[in-house]
Amino acid sequence: MLKIKDLHAKVEDKEILKGINLELKAGEVHAIMGPNGSGKSTLASVIAGKEEFEITKGGVFFENEDLEDTAPEERAHKGIFLSFQYPVEIPGVSVTNFMKTAINESRKARGMEEMPANEMLKLIREKSEMLDIDRKFLSRSLNEGFSGGEKKRNEIFQMAMLEPKLAILDETDSGLDIDALRIVANGVNKLSSKDNAVLVITHYQRLLEYIVPDFVHVLHDGKIVKSGDKALALELEEKGYDWLKQESAV
Amino acid sequence: MAFENTIDVEHPIHDIRSEAIKNFESKGFPSKKDEAWKYTSLNSLLKVDFSIFPKEENTLEYSQVKKYFLHEIDTYKIVFIDGIYSSYLSETTHDGVDICLMSSALTKPMYQEVMDTYFNKVASKEESLTTLNTAFSREGAYIYIPKSKMPKKPVEIIHFATGNEASLLLQPRNLIVVEENAELQVIERHQSLTQNEVFTNSVTEIFADKNAIVDYYKVQNNNAAASMIDNTYISQKDTSNVSVHTFSFGGKLTRNNLNFYQNGEHINSTMKGVTILGDKQHVDHHTLVHHKQPNCESHQDYKGIYGENSTGVFNGKIIVDKIAQKTNAFQQNNNVLISDKATINTKPQLEIFADDVKCSHGCTIGQLDEDALFYLQTRGIPKKEARALLMYAFANNVLQSVRIPELKKRINKLIAMKLGVRLGFEL
Repeated sequence: MLKIKDLHAKVEDKEILKGINLELKAGEVHAIMGPNGSGKSTLASVIAGKEEFEITKGGVFFENEDLEDTAPEERAHKGIFLSFQYPVEIPGVSVTNFMKTAINESRKARGMEEMPANEMLKLIREKSEMLDIDRKFLSRSLNEGFSGGEKKRNEIFQMAMLEPKLAILDETDSGLDIDALRIVANGVNKLSSKDNAVLVITHYQRLLEYIVPDFVHVLHDGKIVKSGDKALALELEEKGYDWLKQESAV
Repeated sequence: MAFENTIDVEHPIHDIRSEAIKNFESKGFPSKKDEAWKYTSLNSLLKVDFSIFPKEENTLEYSQVKKYFLHEIDTYKIVFIDGIYSSYLSETTHDGVDICLMSSALTKPMYQEVMDTYFNKVASKEESLTTLNTAFSREGAYIYIPKSKMPKKPVEIIHFATGNEASLLLQPRNLIVVEENAELQVIERHQSLTQNEVFTNSVTEIFADKNAIVDYYKVQNNNAAASMIDNTYISQKDTSNVSVHTFSFGGKLTRNNLNFYQNGEHINSTMKGVTILGDKQHVDHHTLVHHKQPNCESHQDYKGIYGENSTGVFNGKIIVDKIAQKTNAFQQNNNVLISDKATINTKPQLEIFADDVKCSHGCTIGQLDEDALFYLQTRGIPKKEARALLMYAFANNVLQSVRIPELKKRINKLIAMKLGVRLGFEL
């Protein structure tokens, strides 16, 4: 589904990704771990199409198509979703209205009619119940005055509504208490199937106890320095990241 | 312009007019040398040979202009076509309140007492464009709400320009008196129907007596050949609450001189504005709040979005007299420039002579947040719509205080239109 080939990317004149190779197949859950500043969030942004980053070599391929000239919204229409570490506040636009706009824009791009209002309401009800989201929450302005946990839960709600093929979760666990973490993880698990893939980006392995990855990759200084199964996450938790730095320095 | 030929020396306010003419003649039109007009030039307007009064009465069918009314709800209407009252399009009343015409108020004895007490009492006798209006205006809205009354519905004051004159100068004059414990809502709009040039120099005086509530909404969405100087003067007494919302989306050149005078205690004055400009449009907001008594508040919140070659000015002056202790005066002016060629000049001007006051002011000028834009795009919302959504969000909290829901909806629609998008839901 997603193929990243020898990806080099820079922002301004600073090279951040220095040759990443990664492949995600449908039905798989991958985790990318690594210390602060290793390039994890940059990788997520580059996959989602942030223009600030310039790809200098290699590329990102989604369903065998090079995404280089594809705008972020077009990537979303193809089925790529990024859950943000710091979701943006949009005063005056309710969660419900925002979702209507997002869903109908995607449908328009796919040549479909707008979703009928009753169908939309049904979908909203279904997904918000799944994530244990209060109805009142849906009429509030998007992310405005939301707690950290509410923002993350809202990200996963949006993901549930948009039903992406590829979901990238960027530090979704940061700022969550254990109950919120469990709800968010449950939501993700309910959404993952043999037809879609999940890329979990995290600093800690805590989230991986709930969203169990098939593969774990360690990112350091813009490169994947080690890959393995879920046991690698535990090993990292135990030893920290210092040993990796030493290993890669050798 | 030969004003003198049109003056009526028998008129009851002849003395006021004569003095105004004298003052105007000594000052002349403001130029960029005047500090208050540094960023707004009237030169291009003063070159035009405006007709002061239309040669003939023009008429309009309601169907032609229905969309400019807030027709979703029932309102009183005071409508003018090329400066002349249109009884056909209007709905006035004398049922417990007076919602009618300045020309009647100026001539009929029954209004004389109110006129003697209020006419030209808060409007400046120095400011040249105000004196020009005082000298030559003949018509406008007259609204008198007696003690403890509230009209059944909001009042719309609408000026249409038909374009039957090549270029027209309009000088409407409004007097609004809201007595003790009374309430009033007013929506004012100026609409030119062709591309012929129109220059409006309007003066509005508002008096809010003790405990009165006045909400005044100015919808400035005129076409590209229309320019407007709006001089609004508000005098408030104890515990009164007056708000003015100014929505500036249209017009060629717009200058808003909004002046609040707090002549009592526990007064609340609110000034809010949303300005969205493109092309070569120019809007200048000059506000003044004069805190003359203790324990009062003023709130100012102006948001501006400037595109293409548009220019904006915000100048917010707050004066707190020495005796006006415990004043709370807040001022906010936030601007987004969405084009490299757009300009905004923003300036707070605080003159505080009391020592126990809370005054805050803040102005920002920025671009749209790229991270926010990216966030919306990743949800499948195209860049253009995403930008519009962010601009809407930016201006949003100014709309929260609009107390007529249908008007709020209308403004939202105008904003969406101005931003050139369909957002897929009713904002």
